[in-house]
Amino acid sequence: MTPKVVLVTGVSRFLGGHLAARFAANPDIERVLGVDTEPPPRDLLRRMGRAEFVRADIRNPLISKVISTANVDTVVHASVTASPAGPTGRTVMKEMNVIGTMQLLAACQKSPRVQKLVVKSTSAVYGSSSRDPAVFTEDMGPKDLPSSGYAKDAVEVEGYVRGFGRRRPDVNVTTLRFTNFIGPRIDTVLTRYFALPVVPTVLGYDARVQLLHSEDALAVLERATLHDLPGVFNVGGDGVLLLSQAIRRAGRLNLPVPSAAVPTVGGFFRSARLVDFSPDQMRFLNWGRVIDTTLLKKEFGFTPRWTTQQAFDDYVSGRGLKPLIDPETIDAAERGILDAAARFR
Amino acid sequence: MAGARVIPLHDPERDAARRSRHVEVVPEPEQQQSATPDWERRLTDLLSFARRRIAGDYQVDEFGFDRDLTENVLMPPLKPLYEKWFRVETSGLNNIPQAGGALIVANHSGTVPLDALMTSFGIASEHPAHRHMRMLGADLVFRTPVLGALARKSGQTLACNPDAERLLSSGELVGVWPEGFKGVGKPFKDRYKLQRFGRGGFVSAALKTGAPIIPCSIVGAEEIYPMIGDIKALARLLGFPYFPVTPFFPLLGPLGAIPLPSKWYIEFGEPIRTDVFGENAADDPMLVFNLTDQVRETIQQTLYRLLTQRRNVFLG
Repeated sequence: MTPKVVLVTGVSRFLGGHLAARFAANPDIERVLGVDTEPPPRDLLRRMGRAEFVRADIRNPLISKVISTANVDTVVHASVTASPAGPTGRTVMKEMNVIGTMQLLAACQKSPRVQKLVVKSTSAVYGSSSRDPAVFTEDMGPKDLPSSGYAKDAVEVEGYVRGFGRRRPDVNVTTLRFTNFIGPRIDTVLTRYFALPVVPTVLGYDARVQLLHSEDALAVLERATLHDLPGVFNVGGDGVLLLSQAIRRAGRLNLPVPSAAVPTVGGFFRSARLVDFSPDQMRFLNWGRVIDTTLLKKEFGFTPRWTTQQAFDDYVSGRGLKPLIDPETIDAAERGILDAAARFR
Repeated sequence: MAGARVIPLHDPERDAARRSRHVEVVPEPEQQQSATPDWERRLTDLLSFARRRIAGDYQVDEFGFDRDLTENVLMPPLKPLYEKWFRVETSGLNNIPQAGGALIVANHSGTVPLDALMTSFGIASEHPAHRHMRMLGADLVFRTPVLGALARKSGQTLACNPDAERLLSSGELVGVWPEGFKGVGKPFKDRYKLQRFGRGGFVSAALKTGAPIIPCSIVGAEEIYPMIGDIKALARLLGFPYFPVTPFFPLLGPLGAIPLPSKWYIEFGEPIRTDVFGENAADDPMLVFNLTDQVRETIQQTLYRLLTQRRNVFLG
């Protein structure tokens, strides 16, 4: 079933905004509504074309009126986010994520026209620890429930979404658990992290990182909206990078920090407004996380175009990250040594 | 600049020489061999390895297994230990399939799990297919900094059923030590007495994937650090499962940490098929118990046989 009226939350951010733009370009969709608390940046607004921007707070019951008066039949909840607005934005972020979802779902439940709900969730719901299996499938849960931060928000959001699914069995609910996004255009905690000239890591740990290209993420969200594909799906690129390997591919230097000093260093980077890692994301730097995407490929019918490695390389070249040691210097050094060796033969 | 012009002229020549030796099509390999001495070839390998590492240009699988690092850095130091120190003799390597999933189940001993490293090195170097054994380890290993990261990079993963089944169904050779810490940290007087085999989780993983179980018996590892005592308080303080006291450790300090040079035998037994029990066999606890006992009994009997053949702990 192709949706007639689509409502997208979080349009002032990358995913929501570009998703609304894609729907606006689709002639089968009659009307596209984009909701957020602040207007999208100008270039994003231009891309969004005929999509209408509604400045509304999803924490406010007003959203119910928007959904019922516009006859919205499909809701794409893309505003659950990991990046707080600033050093003190964490409480606001939590409210936006959890209370916002509750209000939005309440509004959806009230409106009989809503036929489909697509939720952008995260693989952070699986947690990250040394006692976890190497690869998560959809039916696994976290070994210890994340006690704070984005991961906890996501777990709570998914809980409310499940509750909504029980109360409105006629609505197709698709929950997408994304890995971390990467790409030349998207701005996330991770893209800022890898752009640091010296990248702090946790001493003695090397996380396995699985990434998804932001274009693939958009394509998955679009497919979930245009087709009826209810269920919970892991979404991530094929393959894995080790954190140390990714840092080298980006041409950065890594700075191993002893575990005890990690909170201090994290606090410094937060107050310097460079990178804002929450404690659960710090744990991610220790252990990493890999998810199984068999269901995505078989049932959802989508294979990501970029592997983790390709997506990362695209990010590196797209951002124009210059390696600290020039690869040509290394090549020259290698040739030089071999040449010297040949003389000793 | 002049130097830079000389090198590319050399390079394709040497490349061709190397390629021809690999493929062995060119009928004059002897002349080529003398052209590039062995040390220079090794230097070339070393440099290209270093370049790959600096550029991050290598592949790891979803478990974090870094083949490049394992083969070039982690495995080579084990060679003298395997060949010269313990003089390991393996038998029954033909029982390990050339390809496809299989589960190696072995006895655990020696206070420090060197037996796992030696078995893994033995298969990688002496098996015709040079397979990498993927071992299932305790969560203590993965919780420990440095060690945990190294374990993942060398292909090990957490001992849990999802990981075991995933590895087996993707056709990997999996190694498991079901006695765990009970086996590796048992007192010297209990040597070569198999401990309880966990809850048989490894058998249900094999049953679910239909992978054969290969019993493996290791003789010699018990004597490398004869554990005559266990300082429980210190172990609890440090978070270790046990704190070993051997005749030389901690008495001689770091010197006491040198393993005794016992002579080792590793024997791989006949594979036990698990694909003949039909669907849902893994849900039959009695079958799982029986198979667990069968594997345990096979290993125990082989240990006794190998021990009667052994005349001397150190000379074999």
